[in-house]
Amino acid sequence: MATFLEEVNEKINGVPIQACYHCRKCTAGCPVAFAMEHNPNKIIKMIQMGMRDEVLNSSTIWLCASCETCVTRCPNNVDIARMMDVLREIAIESKVPVKEKRILKFHEAFLSNIKSGGRINEPMMLVNYKLRSGDYFSDMAMGMSMFMKGKIKLISPRTKDMKSVRAIFKSTGA
Amino acid sequence: MKVSYYPGCSLHATGKEYDLSVKAVSSALDIDLQEVDDWSCCGASSAHMTNFKLSVALPARSLIAAEKNPGDVMVPCAACFNRLKTAQHHLRRDESLKKEVEEIVGGTFHDTVEIRHPLDIFYNDIGTDTIRDKVQKKLAGLKPVSYYGCLLLRPPEICQLDNYENPVIMDNLLNSIGAESMPWSYKTDCCGGSLTLGKTDVVVRLVDKLMTMAREAGANCLVTACPVCFANLDMRASENVRLPTFYFTEILALALGLEGPESWFRSHNTDPRPLLKSLNLL
Repeated sequence: MATFLEEVNEKINGVPIQACYHCRKCTAGCPVAFAMEHNPNKIIKMIQMGMRDEVLNSSTIWLCASCETCVTRCPNNVDIARMMDVLREIAIESKVPVKEKRILKFHEAFLSNIKSGGRINEPMMLVNYKLRSGDYFSDMAMGMSMFMKGKIKLISPRTKDMKSVRAIFKSTGA
Repeated sequence: MKVSYYPGCSLHATGKEYDLSVKAVSSALDIDLQEVDDWSCCGASSAHMTNFKLSVALPARSLIAAEKNPGDVMVPCAACFNRLKTAQHHLRRDESLKKEVEEIVGGTFHDTVEIRHPLDIFYNDIGTDTIRDKVQKKLAGLKPVSYYGCLLLRPPEICQLDNYENPVIMDNLLNSIGAESMPWSYKTDCCGGSLTLGKTDVVVRLVDKLMTMAREAGANCLVTACPVCFANLDMRASENVRLPTFYFTEILALALGLEGPESWFRSHNTDPRPLLKSLNLL
């Protein structure tokens, strides 16, 4: 059976993460590191040490904003942003408890909105997110103000060939 | 010049000022836009963060549709730009993935179209000299900082737009229309992007930092080229630090004397009209 490190490297399909020599440039430049449970370079070490549950249960993998600063500055070209994507994918597949539930609920609401119309309809996506996350009341005033300014349209043009969009979701297992 | 146009979902909703101003400026610069037929969402952060294949297949569908139009495809949303460029990158270098995605999407990717941001087209194809000649109202007194954010520039080997640590094309464009672009060190720092709903406090902290640093640089506004950055800057900044934010195309349209800017400014959350009126620009 593949180790956790091998599993992650295979999915990244690029520079193996053990090329990291822990200069911490990724962590120094990470805009979200202040809110993370484990810094990006620590996650690399934890994967190497086989700490599968600790990594997949951590808030870090959900807080990464995919700004790509880490991979851009990494002297060894370790694609840390891609690594975070891979860890999220593994966490979802393994059905482990997700530390930042609202962030995952947002992604689910977003993708389900594309699946049903081909394009994002923002009010429907927001309602869907609120129902999934239980976060009913935040941003209500802002939403009303945007509606009054014509920025939120209840009906927006959809993709016509929805058959092809649905086929994409079906074949990719999304 | 003829260019194909991929607006993306934001530009038809919360980013409507961006859509209208891109179209107005393009028309004034003799760029003929033809919308990609029946395009679909690029999947944005949510697709690549949870399902790699979906994050390539969704943009591939629209890229294949764009190949039917003449010219390159203009993509104003930085998130769409990044996702389309990234999908193109994977389709170019991974033959087996390309075959699989073509089967999923039900079309052939011919790789005949370049994905281009309007900053690149206005700066490199039209040029600051031509734009300067068309200026009706020099934006004297406007002191913006250019905010490029993440997705136009990173990763650099995919985006290939400008210097990824110190980009200048937006600054040069703004200076060519009479504004005084202020130097600062936060051009490419992150605004928190899609965390805005799931983790609002993180976004507020990042946006407040940007606003504070823009003030420290002596700026009186921020200019961006991304609807996600715009939404976060315009709506999430705390009252004690916030400055008005503009799309770079709104500012161009104002300088070129085009119809529309005042009505676009009305729909901003942080109203930029008092600033512009105080500078006699409205």
